[in-house]
Amino acid sequence: MIKRVIFRTRLLPYLLVAPQIAITLVFFIWPAAQAVKQSVFIEGPFGGNAQFVWLENFTALFTDPNYLHSVRVTVVFSTAVTFFGLAISLVLAVMADRVIRGASLYKAFLVWPYAVAPAVAGVLWGFMFNPSVGIFSYLLNRFGYEWNYVLNGGQALFLVIAAATWNQISYNFLFFLAGLQSIPKSLIEAAAIDGAGPGRRFWTIILPLLSPTAFFLLVVNVVHAFFQTFGIIHAVTQGGPAKATEILVFKVYNDGFRGLDLGGSAAQSVVLMAIVIGLTVIQFRYIERRVHY
Amino acid sequence: MVENRPWLTFAAHAVLVLGLLVVAFPVYMTFVASTHDQATMLSGPAPLLPGRYFAENYSTVLFSGLGASSSAPPVALMMFNSLIMALAIALGKIAISIIAAYAVVYFKFPFRMTFFWMIFITLMLPVEVRILPTYEVVANLGLLNSYAGLTIPLIASATATFLFRQFFLSVPDELTEAARIDGAGPLRFFRDVLLPLSRTSIAALFVIQFIYGWNQYLWPLLVTTNEDYYTVVMGISRMVNVVDAAAKWNLVMAVTLLAMIPPVVVVVFMQRQFVKGLVETEK
Repeated sequence: MIKRVIFRTRLLPYLLVAPQIAITLVFFIWPAAQAVKQSVFIEGPFGGNAQFVWLENFTALFTDPNYLHSVRVTVVFSTAVTFFGLAISLVLAVMADRVIRGASLYKAFLVWPYAVAPAVAGVLWGFMFNPSVGIFSYLLNRFGYEWNYVLNGGQALFLVIAAATWNQISYNFLFFLAGLQSIPKSLIEAAAIDGAGPGRRFWTIILPLLSPTAFFLLVVNVVHAFFQTFGIIHAVTQGGPAKATEILVFKVYNDGFRGLDLGGSAAQSVVLMAIVIGLTVIQFRYIERRVHY
Repeated sequence: MVENRPWLTFAAHAVLVLGLLVVAFPVYMTFVASTHDQATMLSGPAPLLPGRYFAENYSTVLFSGLGASSSAPPVALMMFNSLIMALAIALGKIAISIIAAYAVVYFKFPFRMTFFWMIFITLMLPVEVRILPTYEVVANLGLLNSYAGLTIPLIASATATFLFRQFFLSVPDELTEAARIDGAGPLRFFRDVLLPLSRTSIAALFVIQFIYGWNQYLWPLLVTTNEDYYTVVMGISRMVNVVDAAAKWNLVMAVTLLAMIPPVVVVVFMQRQFVKGLVETEK
């Protein structure tokens, strides 16, 4: 945690940590404390007397059908994004690991979607499926399938899931590929000599050895789907139609900035913080183990 | 490869090419749409082959914006704002985290671990979960509609501090001893020994943080109401939301493509640093 050889200066270390600590205090810890505080008060939108209400905001939250609906949407959304994101990128990574010629070329062409902002990814997909100009909506309608994500909630959810998955594939691909390349070739060769075919080798050797990477990616993807997909939702569906794509982070924003429900929004913030803290703890506990793996 | 199975290799290539096409298709459609005029876009589904209005569309959006129907400024200005934001966040994060990590690793002082944990906590508090109170703080400080308000609240970073801490711990103690014997003080050691050694880590971190800064969406959406401070990624959504009335899809898609070019270029041309940064910031 600290060097054996250190410098003995009194003031300097404080000056060095000061900028980081100042920003952390002002923009992280103070606002978080405010959120916790506001979550136990009820306040009018125009200020006025705040009233201490214990956990009333939370009980109101968990009995609010809109909130529970948003929880369900978030679960469906993040499960789908995580599952498809991991599955597709695993297939691509296994294939890229197998080919010798062109592997780095494929890699170069598969990594760039990481650099595309979620909101931009949303616009790209929203355009292809736009009811009036989108190429896919045209094809779907032509083959007799009514496609209009502006009106149909299930279709809107499908669209944001597709955009979020597309956005996340390259990240997973890179980590899966790195994981695959670190598996000792001797193990695979030994299995091949024992007569195991490619499929069998994948299920009994490669996949188990890849499971630490997969678990790490699982956590990261859930975090991503929970918190970093705000842009997609906001740019494509605005949570609609009829709240069909209103995930939790979008609801916090919507209730706080549009609905001006301070207590409710703060309570939602606190719930989300608890989720992030839980996920971070899982991630770190696991990573400590991965180091020794 | 373990054994020669031509069919399997062929299948692997086929799957990869299919993957590439699926990944690239949305961008191709965007490019095609951005090279047509409005009449073509209005007359049915988006065309599949590029048109002849490339130069016209791009110069329109870059220098005069989408026109009166939308509230967005010229894209050149928004891209300039995005560039400032991305650079300020990337460089600012690197600067304050590297000195904080230096203090935590190379000095022994009261509350060292308290500071360390305070920095660690920021990992658990993404902007999205504390938007309203953070917005209030920024508003009270009078930082709305300013570059300072866009960048400073996003500059604290636990991951960058961890990365540098991890790296400093791996620097051999002999270097420090040698520097001290030669009479170097802490600042001189930092400048002449640690900073040059950290070059590759700094480059890797820069790529990741540049993308992070450029792609910020929610934060600029909240703190900018003045068009002069719009960034391009959040500016797009303001255009999309009025587009169905105006139906200027060709122009909107040109803006979309412009918005993704800088970070994609950074990733493609600095791929080694990018992969390194990605892997190391997740440790």
